[in-house]
Amino acid sequence: MSNDPLHDPLIIAGREFRSRLWVGTGKYKNFEETRQAIEASGADVVTVAIRRVNITDKNSENLLDYIDPKKYTILPNTAGCYTVEDAVRYSRLARAAGVSDLVKLEVIGDERTLFPDTAGLIEAAKILIAEGFIVLPYTNDDPIVAQKLMDIGCPAVMPLAAPIGSGLGIRNPYNLKIIMETVNVPVIVDAGVGTASDAALAMEYGADAVLMNTAIAGAKDPIMMASAMRYAVDAGRLAFKAGRIPRKLYATASSPIEGML
Amino acid sequence: MKIIVNGEEQEHNIPLTVANLLQVLDLRTEKVAVEVNLKILDRSDFPTLNLQEGDKVEILSFIGGGSPQRRHVRGRKRYE
Repeated sequence: MSNDPLHDPLIIAGREFRSRLWVGTGKYKNFEETRQAIEASGADVVTVAIRRVNITDKNSENLLDYIDPKKYTILPNTAGCYTVEDAVRYSRLARAAGVSDLVKLEVIGDERTLFPDTAGLIEAAKILIAEGFIVLPYTNDDPIVAQKLMDIGCPAVMPLAAPIGSGLGIRNPYNLKIIMETVNVPVIVDAGVGTASDAALAMEYGADAVLMNTAIAGAKDPIMMASAMRYAVDAGRLAFKAGRIPRKLYATASSPIEGML
Repeated sequence: MKIIVNGEEQEHNIPLTVANLLQVLDLRTEKVAVEVNLKILDRSDFPTLNLQEGDKVEILSFIGGGSPQRRHVRGRKRYE
């Protein structure tokens, strides 16, 4: 179908993405389960972390043997980085590992909440953008910070729905809506989704995409949940584009009164 | 020659380039990033850079990740 409303690609920094569901690759039982869940999710962007190679176990497998970089956009993250220096170092290492200039930038501010250190985030983003990176920043649901990230050259912003891995769903829909209205780069809701309705809601609000990991990997059946999320994101996107009815306090009859006996 | 690879001390009896080291460790060069003494190398440097006594080598690659499961940096440094 030429005007299939699900087929409007998401464009970030000139790159076209087919899927509006992006997924992380952590916390799965094994690489095979990871592969199957990604397949079921329909995602074409997958996030990965960069870590020391296990040099003692020569048989340890490589994630990229299961996720074909030709088929998926590999988005390295700086998860676990608590300082600007570390986030910049990990970003450079990720680029050196040869995937691309894309980085999902995280500068974490606190171990319990894993909330972003937004001051550090902005500083790290500036450094990396100057080095030619395409910086997709994991940020708080703060419209002012989102605006600043856009102003310094981030081609998308990734505000959280709730703390990473919490499954609490969208805690501040109004802030997210304000972000969507005020920035003119794609908004990708990242982190905190618990189940399909959370993802659908994010898309109904007008998010350009949703990124999740734990909600899928931590489900009893990750592959089935990946599929559920795919439908949810599609349903939410369609509902957003279709335009919902306004909320009213009282009933409006759907059947005509005319012609009644 | 003693070098430190991913935090572990290693003894090598022959001169090694980074490419040689990766070969010894049975690692495919196209999937790793290498840092020597905090300097990130271009892949084209792998065959030419000779490792020296005491060099600290870090070899990294991509693993599953979406959100941090544990804190990676040791001895937390605050952002200043």
